[in-house]
Amino acid sequence: MIKEMYREIILERYKNPVNAGVVEDADVVVKDYNPTCGDVVEIQIKFNNGVVKDIKFQGHGCAISQASTDILIDSVKNKKIGDVIRITSEEFLKTLGIELSPLRLKCALLGLKILKTAVYSYLGAGGEI
Amino acid sequence: MLNVEKIREDFPILKRKINNRQLIFLDSASTSQKPNQVIESIKNYYEMHNANPHRSIYQLCDEATQLYEDARKKVAKFINAKPEEIVFVRNTNEAMNLIMHSFALPKLHNPSEIIVSIMEHHANIVPWQLVRKNNGTKLNFIDLNEDGTLNLEQLNNSINRNTKIVSLTHVSNVLGTVNPVKEISKIVHENGSLFIVDGAQSVPHMTIDVHDIGCDFLAFSGHKMLAPMNIGVLYGRKEVLEEMEPFMVGGDMIKEVTTEGVIWNDIPWKFEAGTPNVEGAVGLSAAIDYLEKIGMENVREHEKELTQYALEKLSEVEDVQIYGPTNPEVKGGVVAFNVKGVHSHDVAYILNDFGIAVRSGHHCAMPLMKRLGIQSCARASFYIYNTKEEIDALIEGLEKVKMVFKL
Ligand SMILES: Cc1ncc(COP(=O)(O)O)c(C=O)c1O
Repeated sequence: MIKEMYREIILERYKNPVNAGVVEDADVVVKDYNPTCGDVVEIQIKFNNGVVKDIKFQGHGCAISQASTDILIDSVKNKKIGDVIRITSEEFLKTLGIELSPLRLKCALLGLKILKTAVYSYLGAGGEI
Repeated sequence: MLNVEKIREDFPILKRKINNRQLIFLDSASTSQKPNQVIESIKNYYEMHNANPHRSIYQLCDEATQLYEDARKKVAKFINAKPEEIVFVRNTNEAMNLIMHSFALPKLHNPSEIIVSIMEHHANIVPWQLVRKNNGTKLNFIDLNEDGTLNLEQLNNSINRNTKIVSLTHVSNVLGTVNPVKEISKIVHENGSLFIVDGAQSVPHMTIDVHDIGCDFLAFSGHKMLAPMNIGVLYGRKEVLEEMEPFMVGGDMIKEVTTEGVIWNDIPWKFEAGTPNVEGAVGLSAAIDYLEKIGMENVREHEKELTQYALEKLSEVEDVQIYGPTNPEVKGGVVAFNVKGVHSHDVAYILNDFGIAVRSGHHCAMPLMKRLGIQSCARASFYIYNTKEEIDALIEGLEKVKMVFKL
């Protein structure tokens, strides 16, 4: 179970995230916490014509929370806002391809939760879809 | 010396398997496990004596009242206090909140100052921040020395005529540092300030004598000393308690209520509104019996030995960083560490695969984490039922952690 969870891709992305950083002139910035383990993730997004133009994250925490956010960002770059909203937890977990205990699910889904909050707050502020 | 094998037989949970391994419980600083003697005492209370104490005159009520008040006497004797100086609360957090509501908020105003240390648990920080916010008082944090001990020189320099409260932990729940509270008490009282000691990590593990220490308040939690959750203690020096207003109001804490007003009950009942936690008090009483039978000096000696051993073994593991004093004489049975490049949550999760329970995260001591320059750490903590073999298993587990993370 441990070996399956800490798969190569998770370890690789934890140690060398490809989507870490900041988006200058971001439209939305959302930060949230996972209080049980103290994971912190902040996602920054720049939209353009209803599409995720640029997206980056910064944070610290367990390997699962950080790597899963990094992987999530891969899958939403250049996607339409409408498609981003429709990503379900189940789908995303399938993409991750790891099995998780209920407590660890919170780590894996932290990035997705923040991404959705970010998109909705952009739309709430009058952002175009 | 403790007969650990025999002690372990008293703790049913230690027979549990986690992931097909024998449970290795190294998180007693969070909450201790409970021996049969405590579990049975609670069962016996409900099977034989349950009634609402202080309420009626039938026999069961009399028995429940006796049990509750006997528990208070036992706690008093355990820390060398008077029974009326023992207020039952839910836990250390509540004890600190009681002092905040009944002492600090009514009595402290700008330019009063409160002193705490950077190694405090949030329970001994947040209440004083609230006093600062409401009453405009100052809050000063005493720093650490390089070796993880408290900077007494800074304390000496910071304390002044506006300092009304000094509130410090006796033993740090992260660094394990044992603070010289007796010495500090003298400094604090010479200055005319009030001295609060957070005893959450000391009362379960060593002999405590409030007169010898000389503190005005001592707060601790039953659940960290073999007793159930939701029973805790605030010791308050009689003269101080008597001057304080109640914390919570309502039933059982008044002598007389008329439509015009009320006359508060005597201490300590003045601070205990509503139906109390008799089962908890009974369990705490049984826990104290259990600890006294072993002898608190022996508890401390056993933990010192385990701590020394753990420090030795851990320092041999490459890529492991240890926090806090490395001298077991000034350290409780608490060892905090990080594996370089691995978040503590991942460390704890992988150890769990081997049945090992350690705490990870910020340990409700975020200012200390910041001071140490870390986000979080893992922590192994020991009690009467732990063995050197379990520490060996921890070390083996850490090698596995490094393997998984390819260190
Ligand atoms: C030093 C210290 N103070 C206070 C507390 C809070 O105890 P409780 O959660 O029982 O109120 C703890 C518990 O972790 C502690 O270690």
